[in-house]
Amino acid sequence: MLKIEDLRVSIGDKEVLRGINLHIREGETFILFGPNGSGKTSLLMSLMGFSGYNITGGRILFRGEDITHLPMYERARRGIGMSFQRPPTIHGLKTSHLVQMCGRGREMDIPAMARKVNFEEFLERDINAGFSGGEIKRSELLQLMAQKPSFVLFDEPESGVDLENMQLIGKVVRRLLDGEVDLPPGMCAKPLKCKLRTSGLIITHTGYILDYINADRGQVLYKGRLCCEARPRDILEHIRNYGYQECIKCLDEPNGAPSGLTLL
Amino acid sequence: MKDVKLSDYTFKGIEHGEIADLRTLDASDKNRILYAGVDLDACDGSAVFMHMDQSTVHCESRDPGVELLDIKVAMKRYDGLPEYAWKLVPADKDEFTRNVAENVHGGYFIRTKPGAKIAKPVQSCLFLKAEKAGQNVHNIVVVEEGSELHIMTGCSTAHSTTSAAHLGITEYYVKKGGKLTFTMIHNWGQNATVRPRSVGVVEEGGVFQSNYVLLNPVGTLQMYPAIHLNGRGGVARFNSVIVTPEGSHVDSGNRVILNAPDTRCEIISRTITTGGVNIARGHIAGHAVPCRGHLECKGLILGGGQSLAVPELDATVEGVELSHEAAVGKIAQDEIEYLMARGMDEAEATSTIVRGFLNVDIMGLDGPLAKAIQEQVEKIDANAM
Repeated sequence: MLKIEDLRVSIGDKEVLRGINLHIREGETFILFGPNGSGKTSLLMSLMGFSGYNITGGRILFRGEDITHLPMYERARRGIGMSFQRPPTIHGLKTSHLVQMCGRGREMDIPAMARKVNFEEFLERDINAGFSGGEIKRSELLQLMAQKPSFVLFDEPESGVDLENMQLIGKVVRRLLDGEVDLPPGMCAKPLKCKLRTSGLIITHTGYILDYINADRGQVLYKGRLCCEARPRDILEHIRNYGYQECIKCLDEPNGAPSGLTLL
Repeated sequence: MKDVKLSDYTFKGIEHGEIADLRTLDASDKNRILYAGVDLDACDGSAVFMHMDQSTVHCESRDPGVELLDIKVAMKRYDGLPEYAWKLVPADKDEFTRNVAENVHGGYFIRTKPGAKIAKPVQSCLFLKAEKAGQNVHNIVVVEEGSELHIMTGCSTAHSTTSAAHLGITEYYVKKGGKLTFTMIHNWGQNATVRPRSVGVVEEGGVFQSNYVLLNPVGTLQMYPAIHLNGRGGVARFNSVIVTPEGSHVDSGNRVILNAPDTRCEIISRTITTGGVNIARGHIAGHAVPCRGHLECKGLILGGGQSLAVPELDATVEGVELSHEAAVGKIAQDEIEYLMARGMDEAEATSTIVRGFLNVDIMGLDGPLAKAIQEQVEKIDANAM
């Protein structure tokens, strides 16, 4: 589905991703851990194609196609969707209108969709104007529901969300990843669901989201490099116990000590 | 302000007879007028008025609650309208008012019955068809006590290249508890000279709401309509949306004078310059307490031109509350990218943001007019990108 080969990215003079290799398969959910400043958000932004993230090496393949230099909207139209952590306010643009545009002409029952994320009251509000952390998450999910991506990038779905909303958001994220379909009554859902499962790349700090989704694999991003591939729950457990310092050892093992990193 | 030589225009002899059915106008004229907000084919206003060059060609009221007369007829019938005519706009204010006062070609006199709530808007169209035509118009609007009225007025030239001058005097009287919504859409051309002179008075508990839209080029336009809130609890609101392409020179503002306690006003203007000159003025004066006023001028420069915001607040009594917010900016890259991440290309994203910025929706316009405005907004981007 998504294959990243030796990806190198710089912001200005600073290299933030130093040769990332990652393969996420159809229907797979991949969890990315890492301390602040390790390059997690940069990876998501680079995959989506934001300006300012200069790709200096490597490539990104989506369903076999090289999308490394495609404009952002082409990536979106090919099925990559992203949930923003701090989206901008656009004055005069109503939430319902944006959701409509996310659907790109598809027929949708926007109020019914909004109900699923408890967001009906916000449909006539300007997008993101004065939205709280939890409201932003729900708005982002609503837009993704309309966009129906086959690959979702989530930047910290749990940040700024209270426990009550966490449950709602967790469930909706799961539904999105499971490839929600409205089946005619009596029809067996299983084969369809399997076929339509959405892939995902999720950044998490707290791991709360793991309570709601079936995460298949996980890895730690540290100083622009990936290391420590394991089951997400095991990684989380390990980070809770030992922090990220252990990751440095992990990074050292394959190629010897990278310059600038010291073994603790 | 760009200099205007009135001697460049002909203020005599460009007359037209009555046009009983406005649907019989040329398709191209009707289309120009549609872009000024009046759909002559579906004309279903409570009253319909049209002035072409130097003659009133259509004047028809269909609602017993609204009186609509050609101003010249009204002046004759009501002995010169001594309470209203030239009471708010002094005839000798400037060369343009003098020019109109000396030789009024026409205009409308609109008066509601007390308490009448007129459901459908009065539709009015001021049209310049002949090359070099100078148009002297005098309008008077009287909203009687407890009455409500919406006037939709569209001003247009026959072609985007027509060289012509429109001089228009408008005097508004909103009596106790009355409400006037005045929506004006201008669709001039690069060679049009436009000098409206408008002043209104709002009595106790009255409301004056103005919506103004100018999206197409205009050679030179200068206006500064003023509303005096003279009675307790009066309210004035101005919403303006102005775009100045290359060659356009627009100097436009709104003025509200809060003369009574509990009055309030809001002036909001959104301007986009795509190569022209846009001067956005605003003035709120507070002379009684309590009173409140807010002035907001936001400008965008897309591609070139000048955007000058001149907000003024004048308070003469302790306790007056006035504020203003003026900003000139650009379309933020993060907003464009946010929308591009949802699948919109750059042009779609830009036009979506511009539409939101102009916020024309706030005026609650619908039907073919909303569609026409939408089309025009999309054109702005095509030119600017």
